[in-house]
Amino acid sequence: MTDTIEQPVDDTTTRMNMIQAINSAMDVTMARDPAIVVMGEDVGYFGGVFRATAGLQKKYGKTRVFDTPITECGIIGVAVGMGAYGLRPVPEIQFADYIYPALDQLVSEAARLRYRSGGEFTAPLTVRSPFGGGIFGGQTHSQSPEGIFTHVSGVKTVIPSTPYDAKGLLIAAIEDNDPVIFFEPKRIYNGPFNGHWDRPAENWSKHPGGEVPTGYYKIPLGKANVVRDGEAVTMLAYGTMVHVCAQVVADTGVDAEIVDLRTLVPLDIETIEASVKKTGRCMIVHEATRTSGFGAELAALVQERCFYHLEAPVERVTGFDTPYPHSLEWAYFPGPVRIGQALKKILKD
Amino acid sequence: MGEEPGIVPPRGNLPPLSLHVPEPKFRPGDAVDFADVPIPPAGTARRPDTADAARDFTDLAYSMVRVLDDNHQAVGAWNPRLSPDTLRRMLRHMATVRAFDERMFRAQRQGKTSFYMKSLGEEAVAVAAAHALDAEDMCFPSYRQQGLLIARGCPMVDMMNQIYSNTGDKLQGKQLPIMYSEKRFGFFSISGNLTTQYPQAVGWAMASASKGDTRIAATWCGEGSTAEGDFHSALTFATVYRAPVIFNVVNNQWAISSFSGFAGAEATTFAARAVGYGIAGLRVDGNDALAVYAATAWAAERARTNAGPTLIEHFTYRTEGHSTSDDPTQYRSAGEPTAWPLGDPIRRLKDHLVAIGEWDEARQADMDREVAEEVKAAQKEAEKNGVLGHGLRQPLDSLFDGVFEEMPWHLREQRQMMIDEETASGRPWDRK
Repeated sequence: MTDTIEQPVDDTTTRMNMIQAINSAMDVTMARDPAIVVMGEDVGYFGGVFRATAGLQKKYGKTRVFDTPITECGIIGVAVGMGAYGLRPVPEIQFADYIYPALDQLVSEAARLRYRSGGEFTAPLTVRSPFGGGIFGGQTHSQSPEGIFTHVSGVKTVIPSTPYDAKGLLIAAIEDNDPVIFFEPKRIYNGPFNGHWDRPAENWSKHPGGEVPTGYYKIPLGKANVVRDGEAVTMLAYGTMVHVCAQVVADTGVDAEIVDLRTLVPLDIETIEASVKKTGRCMIVHEATRTSGFGAELAALVQERCFYHLEAPVERVTGFDTPYPHSLEWAYFPGPVRIGQALKKILKD
Repeated sequence: MGEEPGIVPPRGNLPPLSLHVPEPKFRPGDAVDFADVPIPPAGTARRPDTADAARDFTDLAYSMVRVLDDNHQAVGAWNPRLSPDTLRRMLRHMATVRAFDERMFRAQRQGKTSFYMKSLGEEAVAVAAAHALDAEDMCFPSYRQQGLLIARGCPMVDMMNQIYSNTGDKLQGKQLPIMYSEKRFGFFSISGNLTTQYPQAVGWAMASASKGDTRIAATWCGEGSTAEGDFHSALTFATVYRAPVIFNVVNNQWAISSFSGFAGAEATTFAARAVGYGIAGLRVDGNDALAVYAATAWAAERARTNAGPTLIEHFTYRTEGHSTSDDPTQYRSAGEPTAWPLGDPIRRLKDHLVAIGEWDEARQADMDREVAEEVKAAQKEAEKNGVLGHGLRQPLDSLFDGVFEEMPWHLREQRQMMIDEETASGRPWDRK
């Protein structure tokens, strides 16, 4: 694993939203490596229900970018076999909520193949899947199942928070020789959602993370990004919640340090540890349900490593342990009010 | 709780609904009679052209391809007309598998390993297929196709090292015994989870086709695990992309203690699963090595000429328990194995060779002695590398190798914990 961000070969940049950045990541890697294939429901001619694969079939042909039957178990199983042949598949699962039929192929096959075969066979897949809520998707188009995968040995879990990160991380994921679950926060495909659902939506055109190199570059897996330096409290977040945290910090004026984890496994523990030891307070924010969520792992790690630096109990701000609701979406969502209250509490303690 | 749930008033004259739960014909203590198992005479099945549309020979999914007749002659359109040398090689490989199984089963009983699975009575299914495929074709087996490895020349010492999880095991003792991985012999890593290899074989075959390769894939599962979703996902993918793949369903009648009725055998054949997918379906006498060879060669030609996948049901019988962990006398009649109407595949091939004047009892006895010696010698060699739980084994820290290509910090930390734990325990161990 390289520790430095590879600089773009060509330093031309342009404005992209996250979908365009993800599309560009597949485009530049497919042009470099003929072993890369893109597959999934509706990804071919149509270019995906979120348009993430638009134009790729036309450019690279039907044997490299193709539609699949509606069987997630089949999509991942076939991708594992293609990987065994020597291809580098990038399957799309249309919504993370649909990934469960593929769990056996991901957990028992892709994640375990290198180990069980003594390295004879590997599964260099990158499974892309839109996840998270805030789009009125109801319980079957809104879930955040990252904690299921971080619990599985042998698979990496990556979640970007900006178009720039999405492209660099996806290229790194595709080139990684281990299976990677790449969850795309669909609420921020088009703009950096700040948690205020009742205010006008923003797009990526004014956000620094929307300026994306047109060429090839990588952001190494396992490296977090400190998106805001601060002294009062450390906020650990990823995906959509990075932006919601940033808005709360801007609104309250709290001098918080916001750490965007970017990769959950392998986790950048050094950055987390350094930040919490500096601030003495740690708050974890994720949209996924609370019990056994990834926040529980983070809280355990922080108390194991930073206990004597902590001045307050570790706070978790999460979704509730309910199915993701439809009409009551914003009551479920860990928005600015929930985060703001937790901030007050952790700073008072 | 008030009323009983689900009880509704009678609807006209209809009797109440009743649930059908399948039950095998024979249980422990029952006399066995397989007279009602339909066995068509050898040589009667027609042999379509490998380019024909699957819908034009769906009858073959309900009958049975058989080549060896009651007089031990090879008859009919499916006779593969193999040379005596090839027949003798197949016979020897089947005998080797049987001797290997016997030896390793006993090794498990002697406490030298934790687990073993024999293929007694089913040797033709894997061995004849291996002879009909090209050596470069990729196999995605289940756990009872050790015959593929034997027929492809995998050293028995290597197989035994894996079974013993010893220092010679290139899988570093990470897998349950017999879950081999032998890339050099075109043999995919075996999973303990059932039928996961089916879509994987399709993916491999699709990759081969998309790269303009000439190699095809073949995969195996038992009749019980055709119920898995992976089976149906695989067949859907295979028919959609006309993947160059051969699906083998080894119908050995029993899935541990569940008879084939729990996978749907009371209603139809397993070859008939192909019909709904528009895939070529063949039902084959799995104890007839020539029929298995002929069907596999037909399916391989079909796949290699871009005419699509084939599903072959091998109708056979699991003569022993599922594994070393179950006792078949607890759930089925002890009379079944000897009453099985399709006989012993080794005996049938041997009788054929004798009938055509290419073999005799003395040569058979010599061969049996030779293969037994070979297996014994391999075992002696393998045991120099240790047996499970006694002495030689992989270094402890190999436990953490291969989770990822590069070891992340959390695994390095856990490895150090293990090393400290071992040091504190005072137990000496070899860290290489």
